[in-house]
Amino acid sequence: MADKIKVTIDGQSVEVEPGTTILNAARQIGGDIVPPAMCYYSKLKGSGGKCRTCLVKVAQGSEKDPRPMPKLVASCQTQVMDGMVVENTTSPEVLEARKGVVEMLLINHPLDCPVCDQAGECDLQNLSFEHGASNSRYEFERRTFDKVDIGDKIQLHMNRCILCYRCVYTADQITEGRVHGVLNRGDQSEISTYISAAIDNDFSGNVIDVCPVGALTDKTFRFKNRVWFTKPVDAHRDCDHEKCSGKVVLWYKGEDVLRVTARKDQYGEVESFICNTCRFEKKATADWTIEGPRKIEDTSVISSNHYEMAHPLPIIEKNEVLIEANKKMFHKKIK
Amino acid sequence: MSGKILLEHIDVPGINTFDTYRKMGGYRSVEKALKTMSPEDVVEEVKKSGMRGRGGAGFPTGMKWSFLAKPVGVPRYLVCNADESEPGTFKDRYLMEKIPHGLIEGMITSSYALGANTSYIYIRGEYFYILRILEKAIAEAYANGFLGKNILGSGYDLDLYVHPGAGAYICGEETALLESLEGKRGNPRVKPPFPAIAGLYACPTVVNNVETIAAIAPIVNMGGDEYAKIGIGRSTGTKLISASGHINNPGIYEIELGLPVEEFIYSDKYCGGIKNNKKLKAVVAGGSSVPILPANLILKTANNEERLMSYESLSDGGFVSGTMLGSGGFIVYDEDSCIVRNTWNFARFYHHESCGQCSPCREGTGWMEKVLHRIEYGHGKLSDIDLLVEVSKKIEGNTICPLGDAAAWPVASAIRHFREEFEWHIKEATLSQSRNFGLLAAHPALVK
Repeated sequence: MADKIKVTIDGQSVEVEPGTTILNAARQIGGDIVPPAMCYYSKLKGSGGKCRTCLVKVAQGSEKDPRPMPKLVASCQTQVMDGMVVENTTSPEVLEARKGVVEMLLINHPLDCPVCDQAGECDLQNLSFEHGASNSRYEFERRTFDKVDIGDKIQLHMNRCILCYRCVYTADQITEGRVHGVLNRGDQSEISTYISAAIDNDFSGNVIDVCPVGALTDKTFRFKNRVWFTKPVDAHRDCDHEKCSGKVVLWYKGEDVLRVTARKDQYGEVESFICNTCRFEKKATADWTIEGPRKIEDTSVISSNHYEMAHPLPIIEKNEVLIEANKKMFHKKIK
Repeated sequence: MSGKILLEHIDVPGINTFDTYRKMGGYRSVEKALKTMSPEDVVEEVKKSGMRGRGGAGFPTGMKWSFLAKPVGVPRYLVCNADESEPGTFKDRYLMEKIPHGLIEGMITSSYALGANTSYIYIRGEYFYILRILEKAIAEAYANGFLGKNILGSGYDLDLYVHPGAGAYICGEETALLESLEGKRGNPRVKPPFPAIAGLYACPTVVNNVETIAAIAPIVNMGGDEYAKIGIGRSTGTKLISASGHINNPGIYEIELGLPVEEFIYSDKYCGGIKNNKKLKAVVAGGSSVPILPANLILKTANNEERLMSYESLSDGGFVSGTMLGSGGFIVYDEDSCIVRNTWNFARFYHHESCGQCSPCREGTGWMEKVLHRIEYGHGKLSDIDLLVEVSKKIEGNTICPLGDAAAWPVASAIRHFREEFEWHIKEATLSQSRNFGLLAAHPALVK
């Protein structure tokens, strides 16, 4: 194995394997210095480079060649060199460019968060909250498309799409045979199945999970509830699908499982892909073995209001593991 | 000398056929290279010639060739970029239509130098009739033993194919071109890796412009040192300029680099002055994506030196007071031209041609177009001007491929040099709508 190389991001150094990208090096450090990524997905080969939110400044190319790179570079695509110095949040130029990218992403976005199922767990929402401007300078009609049902379980809401291509890569790499792709060009580009074919295979539901916005939504969950009113619980089952891990998050309201998703890590990427049977068919508590409450970051709206002793959710009262976890979380909160 | 190298025999009747072309000294470079030179020698000659890529970026060709990776057992490719779509540029069309064998000869010699056994000419879809001309010429070359197996008994094999695009400007970007050639959607690739390492079918590939490849033949014939004597400084050789706009003699001119811009515009040998004896207002010197320059800055640099048709002189002053030679699409505007309308027209083009892959270009080009449309049609606001500048800054340099820059530069430069005209358009919305009767009559102060 080759020697590890040293890279400094926003003043913090880390040693990584050669060939690591700046973004992944930053993720090894963790914290606020990790550039946001809307299109890069570590589990999908070839993804990234498109959304431009992860732009960073390379202040020093490497130990040998200390010249800075002339342009901002996409951190998800640029590999680190030994002695590279990267500026992310410390560079006003980067923050300015990122603000510009967020503005561009939003000018044709409908901003219909109040009626969007993704609200509360939307990457674009988080991104614009953190990096965007509070008002828009765009004064023209937004581009619109009709809603399309692609298959009986998934709805495509193209207006919200930011063309990250993740669902295209997912269909290419996770499922057998891709039937959808990008049609047309420029700001008229759209994700489409061409001649209205349905995305019909037993792994298709994963495109919902990889979608950073509310463009691909679960029809079985559509308008059922806001995500922050539901309680996420880790669970698993023995799935006989060879590629499915069976490890999921159940989203409870009362005693009902409103939806099932794969488990997402702190960067919004799923830990393992799940099959459509687990996602759409198994919506009874009896189908699952409950592991405990899903850890959600404190900053997320989903983590609020779930842990109380007086009126715990019915599902919590019925499960030993959840009762214990609830007590612990409650005591932690009131301290 | 006539000063013409590429177009030396353009007027010979029947020059598009193999026999006439051969009679006029064609295919000498293939004989010379294959019989007396090693591939490295050819690359060395091209390096010595100092010729810079004619497609727009102006990167030295010999240098580009020497970057080509040469792993054992992996094929290498030469791809000719004939997807000439830049508004204002039409030189490659002329070259391929009139002297198709000139390009084919260059392709053979260059492929030999690069060690490519399969080469492609990627031609834009709208040039379908030229595709027929090229295919006929290629068939003639095959029949005469200049293509195929064991060319001229040297043991070198080469197959040459022409592949039409489907009418997308973006496929002129080299990695989008390669994607399209592979049969995929023409989206530019994220670089690195550069095509010299992983290009067509993930193999090392060189992509060169038609004019660049056509110039390889004369370079090999006369020798790199001799070629380097033509031109000025680091701008060696001759360049085809597509002159269009309000001039008396629009057309293709082969000029020796270093010709004064003033002479090019006003000499009867070239553009022949501005039409109807009007005054020069502005020039786009290298195709629609380079910054537009007003008359005073195109004829003289900011330091009051004479502006020359060369890579260095045109870019003198950076983007503040300079421009680029680009692909040589020389568009001339007379005093009555409306810069706002022209800028809107360019913005509309880039909006239409953005591939839609990366966000700043996909959304920003449309935004700029809409704002410019609003100004042009009399609904603009004064704040729109600064908005345009800001949007163009947000696009420039933040995209995967140079289309973002190409869309941002014309807008930014037009505002930089003609801000008063934009302001006048907004303030005097009704009057500006009547500019068809002549901008000069409507507002004489705007004409510099």
